[in-house]
Amino acid sequence: MTGLPSAIGLPHYLVVAAMLFTIGVFGIFVNRRNIIIVLMAIELILLAVNINLVAFSSYLHEVTGQIFAMFVLTVAAAEAAVGLAILVTFFRNKGDIAVDQANVMKG
Amino acid sequence: MDLLALAFYVLSAIAVLSALMVVSARNPVHSVLFLILTFFSSAGLFVLLGAEFLAMLLVVVYVGAVAVLFLFVVMMLDVDFSSLRQGFVRYLPFGAVVALILAIEMGLTAAAVAARGAKPLAAAPAGVSNTEQIGRVLYTDYFYYFQAAGLVLLVAMIGAIVLTLRHKPGVKRQDIAAQTARTEKSGMRVVTPATGQGIVE
Repeated sequence: MTGLPSAIGLPHYLVVAAMLFTIGVFGIFVNRRNIIIVLMAIELILLAVNINLVAFSSYLHEVTGQIFAMFVLTVAAAEAAVGLAILVTFFRNKGDIAVDQANVMKG
Repeated sequence: MDLLALAFYVLSAIAVLSALMVVSARNPVHSVLFLILTFFSSAGLFVLLGAEFLAMLLVVVYVGAVAVLFLFVVMMLDVDFSSLRQGFVRYLPFGAVVALILAIEMGLTAAAVAARGAKPLAAAPAGVSNTEQIGRVLYTDYFYYFQAAGLVLLVAMIGAIVLTLRHKPGVKRQDIAAQTARTEKSGMRVVTPATGQGIVE
């Protein structure tokens, strides 16, 4: 681990992560009907979290943050797989993936 | 400006711009491709941070698996994507307000960190590569968490298979148990047909 170069510090990375996180949240709001884009926006949010974890890990010289980022990566992959499987099943049953009308389970 | 700073600015600019394209592209296939670009530039940022192992993991897992999965689903589903964009303009102001508030909050946090700073917990260990460092703690201190991550993946795999598996009725399948349990008695029958009449089931 080399640590951070002097010109680029921890706040720089935090700002990049904050931007990615914000774009992810924004994407969830504006693409409410398209569940595929919503899933991709969630991936962006988790990526932002990972950048934060790795930046702090590198800055504090403590490898635990990177271990945790690996677990976040695992959960993100599992979430994408299950989410897309649900999407495929939903498409088979309804013939469409417009999820803002997806209230068939509503009692 | 030194080379590291230049690399940081280029990589993070590409990451942020392509992330914007992910959420605003008209064609979901383009969104997936921009997602791949975002992950690639983030992997570059990880390398700048000295986390080479995680950078490679990001490329392998995301570009190699997750993005391809997304691409598969986007191309496999026959959906009219233009109708899915209907709410885009309607939700734009609300989404922008929430995003702005979030950005301000996190920008303040980053500014606070810049002003006060976080203190390094330990000195940087010399002569130990990033991968070796991760390996040293991953299989000792975090062994149970590592196993639990494997379980999460197993459950996700089973869940995805159960969700998408379809049993079509009327398809002939091989039943190996029934096949091997056949005996001479159950599999064969001796009949003596009357002459000129044949066998009627």
